[in-house]
Amino acid sequence: MSSTSVLGGVVRRREDPALIQGRGRYTDDVKLAGTAHVAFVRSPYAHAQVSSVDTSAAAAMEGVLAVYTAADTDHLGPLIAQVPVGALRPLLNSGTVKHVGEAVAMVVAEDPYVAKDAADAVDVDYEPLPAVVDLKQSLSDEVPVHEGASNTLISWVGPFGADEAALAELQEGIEAAKQRDDAVVVSQEMINQRLIPVPIEPRSVMADYQAGYDRFDIYSSTQIPSALAGAIGKYFGMSMNQVTVKAMEVGGGFGCKLNVYNDEVLVAFASRQLGCPVKWTETRREAANSTIQGRGWVATATVTGTEDGEILGFELEGIADMGAYSQNFTVAIPFLGLFVGSGQYSFPTYWKMDCVTTHTMTTDAYRGAGRPEAAYYLERIVDMYARRIGMDPAEVRRKNYISADDFPGAVSPMGFPMDTGDYATNLDAALETAGWSDLLAERDAARAEGRYVGVGLATYVEVCGFGPSGLVDLGFSWAEYQMPSAFNGSSLVRVHPDGSATVSIGTGPSGQGHQTTWAQIVGDGLGLDVERIRVIHGDTEEAPPSIGTFGSRSAAVDGAACYEATGKVRAKAARIAAHLLEASEEDIEFADGAAQVVGTDSSVSWGEIAACAYQPHRLPEGLEGGLEAHAIFSPGNATWPFGTHIAVVEVDPDTGDVDLLRYIGMDDCGNVISPMIVDGQIHGGIAQGIGQAMFEDAVYGADGNLLSGSLVDYILPTAADLPSFELDRTVTPSDINPLGVKGIGEAGTIGSAHTVVNAVVDALEPLGVTHIDMPLRPRRVWQAIQDARA
Amino acid sequence: MQVSMSVNGRQVSGDVEPRTLLVHFLREDRGLTGTHVGCESSYCGACTVKMDGKAVLSCTMLAVQAEGADITTVEGLAENGELHPVQEGFWERHGLQCGFCTPGMIISAVTLLEENDNPSEEEIRRGIEGNLCRCTGYHNIVRAIEYAGAKMRGEEPAPAEWENA
Ligand code: FES
Ligand code: FES
Repeated sequence: MSSTSVLGGVVRRREDPALIQGRGRYTDDVKLAGTAHVAFVRSPYAHAQVSSVDTSAAAAMEGVLAVYTAADTDHLGPLIAQVPVGALRPLLNSGTVKHVGEAVAMVVAEDPYVAKDAADAVDVDYEPLPAVVDLKQSLSDEVPVHEGASNTLISWVGPFGADEAALAELQEGIEAAKQRDDAVVVSQEMINQRLIPVPIEPRSVMADYQAGYDRFDIYSSTQIPSALAGAIGKYFGMSMNQVTVKAMEVGGGFGCKLNVYNDEVLVAFASRQLGCPVKWTETRREAANSTIQGRGWVATATVTGTEDGEILGFELEGIADMGAYSQNFTVAIPFLGLFVGSGQYSFPTYWKMDCVTTHTMTTDAYRGAGRPEAAYYLERIVDMYARRIGMDPAEVRRKNYISADDFPGAVSPMGFPMDTGDYATNLDAALETAGWSDLLAERDAARAEGRYVGVGLATYVEVCGFGPSGLVDLGFSWAEYQMPSAFNGSSLVRVHPDGSATVSIGTGPSGQGHQTTWAQIVGDGLGLDVERIRVIHGDTEEAPPSIGTFGSRSAAVDGAACYEATGKVRAKAARIAAHLLEASEEDIEFADGAAQVVGTDSSVSWGEIAACAYQPHRLPEGLEGGLEAHAIFSPGNATWPFGTHIAVVEVDPDTGDVDLLRYIGMDDCGNVISPMIVDGQIHGGIAQGIGQAMFEDAVYGADGNLLSGSLVDYILPTAADLPSFELDRTVTPSDINPLGVKGIGEAGTIGSAHTVVNAVVDALEPLGVTHIDMPLRPRRVWQAIQDARA
Repeated sequence: MQVSMSVNGRQVSGDVEPRTLLVHFLREDRGLTGTHVGCESSYCGACTVKMDGKAVLSCTMLAVQAEGADITTVEGLAENGELHPVQEGFWERHGLQCGFCTPGMIISAVTLLEENDNPSEEEIRRGIEGNLCRCTGYHNIVRAIEYAGAKMRGEEPAPAEWENA
């Protein structure tokens, strides 16, 4: 890098002045004259035959513009997916509905209140059918979710790329280890429960079809604006360039806004039919039963090791819940878990997850997406093993790490090349920051007083910032869906004739501070004040096509593209400046809004350089006019951040209440562009992991009814539930992008749930408790204590 | 039905259906879209506004129930182009990410500090318990409110954590 000053600088966020004054524009804030409003009629049954849909009463209500059923929309085909394995969702369904919340009919009315009243007036007759919710029952195919098809959609087996012979040999090796005299085998079935993402902004979409121009403006709370533009185009026989998607402010996404949804297509359909703008904003209950959910695994983890802490093999076998229909990435989520199935360890790992359907809402990417689940099983079982052999859990981990000496060139036991890593240094830093031996001594002293204090530790490696395209080419068809599908970053940097600059980029952020970060990268590269730089994202008309913002990819991939486009603009500007200053290009440097000849006071401002760029007659011979550049960054690999988290808890044995006393995070995401933003991402990620560990649970009854569909029974952590977090970092730069950055959006979540569970189990060790399934709510902890005492 | 109230210091009135929620009156009739709807069932706090000095949830209240009241929304906090210290605190201490919870969170923090301008961390956390944030883990929201408290007491706020790093 020619300049590293962009890294580590703190700039107050440029998005904030609007947001703190209530001037941020989210989708539901958009107002267009004559807008009609949508309400959906949804199935109250998990599995039922729809015998009739009577829309007449609703259609006759004053202010109702239309009522649509599957008969009106079936010709459009099912909902598209980027990984279309398994049955795809019908846009509307008046055949056999497959989960509570499935859309049966759509009402459009002049007023949102009227739309809801009319939806209530649609009369649907259902004949309930038996539902399957339990994963083991689903695996047995006893009750098929889709008639005539197996419930198992795919089985992911690792190491990646191993053929049957190699897998057999691996399993035999682990079996042989189990027979050793000094073998210690620890095995546990654990549930990684389903979660509801719950961004505080409900999803919202508004479609404005302009018949005279044959084009769409779509406003949507989405993480993938380009994909939505492509999809809308496909449904209505239009090109991507006839559809503009604007994702303005997006109030949190966490993966659940990384789908094209049937409601988005249906709202567009209604706008075309009715010739007016049409808007729909989901209710909180709809967010629970018709926006994707995450996690939902049951699996058995087994560690085979020696009495002195050498792990000889790890096995994970389980079932992952896909829900009723596959949406954007559904079956690919457990595959992301496979990537990190062996964590940061070097031991042989066998990994198998069966992906099964159930009569529940679809699962897909929720913060971490497969990786928190994989890390949970691994870090829980390694901890149980450490406890069994009576060894310090930090020591066991250190003993089994991939060594820093193995980089560059390390390949994980799951078969994936990793960029950079130094796990032991990170672990040591965490132990030091936390005061590990003091913590253990304090815990022991508390125990001696009869208190249940526990210290939990876990480490993780994450994989994110996906690329290259080939690495994740699973052989599925992408182009057919008109979605930008390559795992590249794309960015356009333009300097205007007055010396201000605009960067347009295909990312679709939802709180990550891109307005600030991209301006920092461009400002640093050009020596321009960030105030002179405008960032355009989330707008398919103005930004280059991109796969969007998810998988902790924006800085490492799109940020790198932004960096490279900036470099191209700077190189051209240097030629112009050298010409104007009669100096040599190599002697030009950029700072404080100007180009300067090194070691002299001869300089020319960006305004002058830019003005010249747009007056070709003033340019050096052969140089094209204009001052802008586009770059596509195609990363050579994904990035592999890592870290160590430590939690201290106290359990009240009378109530089962868990008090989280301290939480320490030592993360390594390579170079850091903004420490403020990076720490903020980690804080939020940790809170979501703690949420899973202690509070959150998407519970379906045996009949497939969602029992936690509101925020009364789906419990999110509040400020009063959490401590302040103690964060620090190690820095091991990535070698696959010019910024040396890795991703940080999901790391906090990937590191935290098991850290908390490890701490609670540690607290209850004197009682002989070895495992409690999440969420560790008081009643469940109390029950575990009673069972242990019995 | 006719309803009139003071919103951000201005007397306003409107003709609403009796069932119109206060939040919809503010957002749709008055165009004040800073007040957000996160759950419409009184659990998230995104719709918090100040009514006669107290933080209330505008999603669980009818517009007609606010007849004659004095309402302040997030749009009404800054005065003469000067941010309220709580707004400044959120900006200075990275108390927001997506910003969706922020208006309600800021209103709750303002009423909290009006009652007690020197709350402990515990008191701050209890004071904003009714406002959910999914992005920040609340860490920097607490720092932002501490910053604002210091400003309101006329003290110098503690340096940002990243300034020590
Ligand atoms: S919208 Fe009012 S509390 Fe959630
Ligand atoms: S900043 Fe996104 S919900 Fe609080």
